[in-house]
Amino acid sequence: MTTASSSPSRRTDAAPGHGIDRSQPITITFGGQKYDAFAGDSLASALIAGGNLQTANSMYLDRPRGILAAGVEEPNGLVTVKARSEDDIDETMLPVTSVEATDGLEAFYVSGQGALDPTPDPALYDRKHMHADVLIVGAGPAGLAAARAALQGEARVVLIDKENRPGGSLLSSRTAQIDGTDGAQWAADTIAELSENPDFTYLSRTTAFGNYDSNYVIALQYRTDHLEPKHREGVSRQRVWHIRADQVVLAPGAMERPIVFSTNDRPGVMLAGAARTYTNRYGALPGQKIAVFTTNDSAYEAALDLHAAGAEIVALVDSREKASEAATAAAERTGAELSLSSAVIGTNASVMGDRLAAVSISELDADGALTGETRTVDADLLAVSGGFSPTVHLHTHRQGTTTWNTEIAGFVPNDDVTGEHCAGALTGDFSTQGALDTGTRAGAAALAAAAANAGFDPGSGSGDAKAPSAQVADEAPLCGAEVKPLWLVPSATGSTDDSFVDLQRDQAVSDIERAYGAGMTNIEHIKRYTSIGTANDQGKTSGVNAMAVLAHMIGEEDLGAVGVSGYRPPFTALPFAALAGRERGDLFDPARVTAIQPWHLEAGCEFEDVGQWKRPWFFAKDGEDMHQAVQRESKAVRDSVGYMDGTTLGKIEIRGQDAAEFVNRFYTNGFKLLKVGKGRYGVMCGVDGMIMDDGVTMRIADDRFLMTTTSSGAAAVFDWLEEWHQTEWPELDVTLTSVTEQYSTITVAGPKSRDVIAKVAPGLDVSNEAFAFMEFQDAELSNGVPARICRISFSGELSFEINVDAFYGLSAWKLVEEAGAEFDITPYGTETMHVLRAEKGLIIVGQDTDGTVTPDDAGLGWAVSTKKKHFIGKRSLEREDSQRPDRKQLVSVMSVDKKTVLPEGAQLIAKDADPTPKKGSVQDPVTPSNGQVHSYGFVTSSYMSPNLGRPFGLALIESGREREGEIMKSLVNGELVEVEIGPLCLFDPEGKRRDG
Amino acid sequence: MAENPTTLHTPEPPAVPLDEHRLTPAAHLAGDMEAATVTGARSVSLRELQFPLQIGLRGEIGSESAQLIEKELGFELPSRVGQVTGDPMGLHVLWLSPDDFLAVDVSTRQQPGDSDRYIDALAGKPGHAVELSANRTVLELVGAAARDVLAKSCHADLHPREFGVNTAITTNLGKVPIYLHRAGEDVWRIYPRQSFADFTVRWLLDGMKEFAQDEVL
Repeated sequence: MTTASSSPSRRTDAAPGHGIDRSQPITITFGGQKYDAFAGDSLASALIAGGNLQTANSMYLDRPRGILAAGVEEPNGLVTVKARSEDDIDETMLPVTSVEATDGLEAFYVSGQGALDPTPDPALYDRKHMHADVLIVGAGPAGLAAARAALQGEARVVLIDKENRPGGSLLSSRTAQIDGTDGAQWAADTIAELSENPDFTYLSRTTAFGNYDSNYVIALQYRTDHLEPKHREGVSRQRVWHIRADQVVLAPGAMERPIVFSTNDRPGVMLAGAARTYTNRYGALPGQKIAVFTTNDSAYEAALDLHAAGAEIVALVDSREKASEAATAAAERTGAELSLSSAVIGTNASVMGDRLAAVSISELDADGALTGETRTVDADLLAVSGGFSPTVHLHTHRQGTTTWNTEIAGFVPNDDVTGEHCAGALTGDFSTQGALDTGTRAGAAALAAAAANAGFDPGSGSGDAKAPSAQVADEAPLCGAEVKPLWLVPSATGSTDDSFVDLQRDQAVSDIERAYGAGMTNIEHIKRYTSIGTANDQGKTSGVNAMAVLAHMIGEEDLGAVGVSGYRPPFTALPFAALAGRERGDLFDPARVTAIQPWHLEAGCEFEDVGQWKRPWFFAKDGEDMHQAVQRESKAVRDSVGYMDGTTLGKIEIRGQDAAEFVNRFYTNGFKLLKVGKGRYGVMCGVDGMIMDDGVTMRIADDRFLMTTTSSGAAAVFDWLEEWHQTEWPELDVTLTSVTEQYSTITVAGPKSRDVIAKVAPGLDVSNEAFAFMEFQDAELSNGVPARICRISFSGELSFEINVDAFYGLSAWKLVEEAGAEFDITPYGTETMHVLRAEKGLIIVGQDTDGTVTPDDAGLGWAVSTKKKHFIGKRSLEREDSQRPDRKQLVSVMSVDKKTVLPEGAQLIAKDADPTPKKGSVQDPVTPSNGQVHSYGFVTSSYMSPNLGRPFGLALIESGREREGEIMKSLVNGELVEVEIGPLCLFDPEGKRRDG
Repeated sequence: MAENPTTLHTPEPPAVPLDEHRLTPAAHLAGDMEAATVTGARSVSLRELQFPLQIGLRGEIGSESAQLIEKELGFELPSRVGQVTGDPMGLHVLWLSPDDFLAVDVSTRQQPGDSDRYIDALAGKPGHAVELSANRTVLELVGAAARDVLAKSCHADLHPREFGVNTAITTNLGKVPIYLHRAGEDVWRIYPRQSFADFTVRWLLDGMKEFAQDEVL
């Protein structure tokens, strides 16, 4: 590393330097070399002040390139910025023009491709919502004027701007004065004045990157990179603002276009406006012998500013036939030769390096062909202006349309987005006074519209707002016939291989010619064929030029007829980390937990995600693995007693005179005659007759039911019930209330469960006679807590469910733990619950069903009433297809070797499936590579059962019930396994254990 | 200097007999909440209310059922979005939808049977009264910066011009569905369902952190 900049300083005091603080020197390290800079510099301006405008070579063609622009449109200079502190990581692919220089910053160029820093990003990113009556994008003269006009009465006004200070184009101006004050100062003063109103918000370093329906604008703010690096607990590095505005004023300005000519990519070819910005905003002169090549008057303003700052202007090359006033004045004052009807047709580097050393200038005839002698002029900078494109991106995000305006040679927005007001250069008016006028009008109109919509007092702002007045010497705005675009400068050699259109993609005119030659005439096709406009810069400097080259080839004069390639968000690249915000790690997604969670955590249980719920999966003891724990838990329930947290089951209270009728219409079985104090298992189908949910519903009173649903189906079932009630059966007197979260539910299952319940609820008669299966009782627990206890079984065992208000859940759980201690009561999780229910052939909706399974398919034909006239899905179940005998039916499957646990999802194929089929064989092969394999079905659930002493599973198999006893085959880990088909219920098929 | 936010919280009602057997869903984070209190100009603090009575009420406004409920309440049910009737520091009712309300009493701790009179009042009539005191917990975010903390994850417009004191809505805090009630100038009550309480508190504590630092504009 060298210790000082090897190049001479190009910093000049002859330019205003609106954007830098000369009293605050800083040092940056770029590419291993130190550069002196000032607070307020961009990396690009610091480098240019250090005499170095060459970037990394291009990515595809390895051609030397230099800084072209001064803003987000920069195609060449992409950098990696090293971590600023311990709270930061390296960041790459940032435009050198967009990074603010700060003391000690280290960065280097990358060639179109950066490497992501693999270290975890410790920085914070967050989000904030904001509501505005008027949102203004852009704090140049137009945006500031709009803010002044809009901030009246009770209006809430938000002004966002991507730069580090307000002023926009005023910062790039040498002479602009507003209302008698220096333009940059006026901008700062205006912000200070407006900020006294608490309902005004100004966000600097904030880029609006997306504009969505209803004026919903999303913006990225850089909050801390410019500050002294230190840890700020909880303070985000970047913030994504979600702004909902009644009215939006767009004042984003315009972007200058390069000109397409041979070797137009040499370091030292720079947009004229950018050269002016580096000079006036940063006091950094990008060249000393400067040639200017333009199609319009704006570049003369740059020529005069560069000249005033001490540069020599060596040539003025203008595409137009007649000298404009500005051209004549510039030629006079700079002493440079003015070449009209001319173009720069090539550039040369010196033998010493890659940078521009000379330009070749030729005259053009009336048809645009080269004519006359070519002359060469020495220059170290070529300032080019191909005209300006209004920054229509945010407008087109809203499907706003644009019109090609021949006067300015640019697309301007049409007034076709509701609640949007355009101002400043975006409208095609590039003068400072025009910006102030259109901004003031837009601000006042936005205020009036917002006040009318929201009904607030607009104060005095409802009248005519007076625009500030601009005085700008040498201003040369584009207007009228003074623009003569040069879309494609002929090459002296005839080759267009080095006439570049998209510098970041290294795509030249010859690439568009190739696309055209391949038959493409639509700009969207050209874009995809050539990749023009698809790089990191999203073609900000190349989009219009590519269209114009195409128009030239197809002989279309009107660029509007070629069509504009629409823009999508984001306007500029942004990190995914910013979009993720705080939703990372522990805060990634809400984990829903039950009141008993503290106990589960202490017990060291493993959790299973069920929807957003964390459910205890298994409780491993003493170094057990999952298999061992589940075997122990499963056996404990069957041999003695276990308890489980069943809180997550959905619960819906249904009340009304018609509650029984209502419930009856959903389930396939009958509920109208269900007695108070009893419950019934029910299956719920969609209109297609396929199982959508199941659960037990209890009748609490004549007009009150408590329906339980599956854990993951709770919200969907509630919506389903509400939808039918609200849209189809509003006449039924019924109200629904979700009470899922009101209760904690503890399942106590196993032969000893009755003894445990007797201790937990001493006042309750738990005998089979007094408390039968599918009944419930209200009881008081031994600690005085009121509970509802049900006899429900999902395991086939004698089983109870204790329901208490959720805040008592943990104490009730501990009560069960204490009462069960003498029976060695065992906590069990969802995996054991799955094993136990599968041994009984009880389904889990969503595991053993997939939306194509009827109740009969799932062995629940008994739960489908033949007497009911109607229930949802009945008509579909009567269709022939729903009754096909070869439908897939749920059965049990057991590996014949009694060892193999079939994987869930394993396919079942014919027993005689042939692993090595011969030609002409009628048998199915085993693998599809040998021909068509018929799958008869697949395994939906599979476990090792300690109670059956063998592995088993459930499977959906064609005509499964007819196949009981049949042997089929399944390919497991490359080995063929024999599988026996069995009855759905394998354990205690007579149901003797249910009553204990 | 702004008032210490902890003094603005709703006073804790006296304990009741069964309290020793129950826990609020975010009880395990009470210490974290206390420690996260920010004082000064950007003050903010978070607390969990202790078992306020919550009753779900259903009835069509103007119907006999609604009138029976109103008789028990002693005041009218709210009739439009955002409206809260009753005393925000005592018994009050949040509007949830045209026939769906939540009665809350923050001046008392719920006890078994507290909702019976509403249930009894509707006997034989349409509508519904449901004990929901354990269904959601009530978090209280208080202080000058409370609105800013909420704005980091609540997309509703909470500006005083649009969201006056004693307004309540159903909305989301990040990914958590909540009721949000502005009970006082700088007093915001947040109702997540109890299973979301742990996440919601951790989420809010995270959002509060920056207010203990110097303001970054």
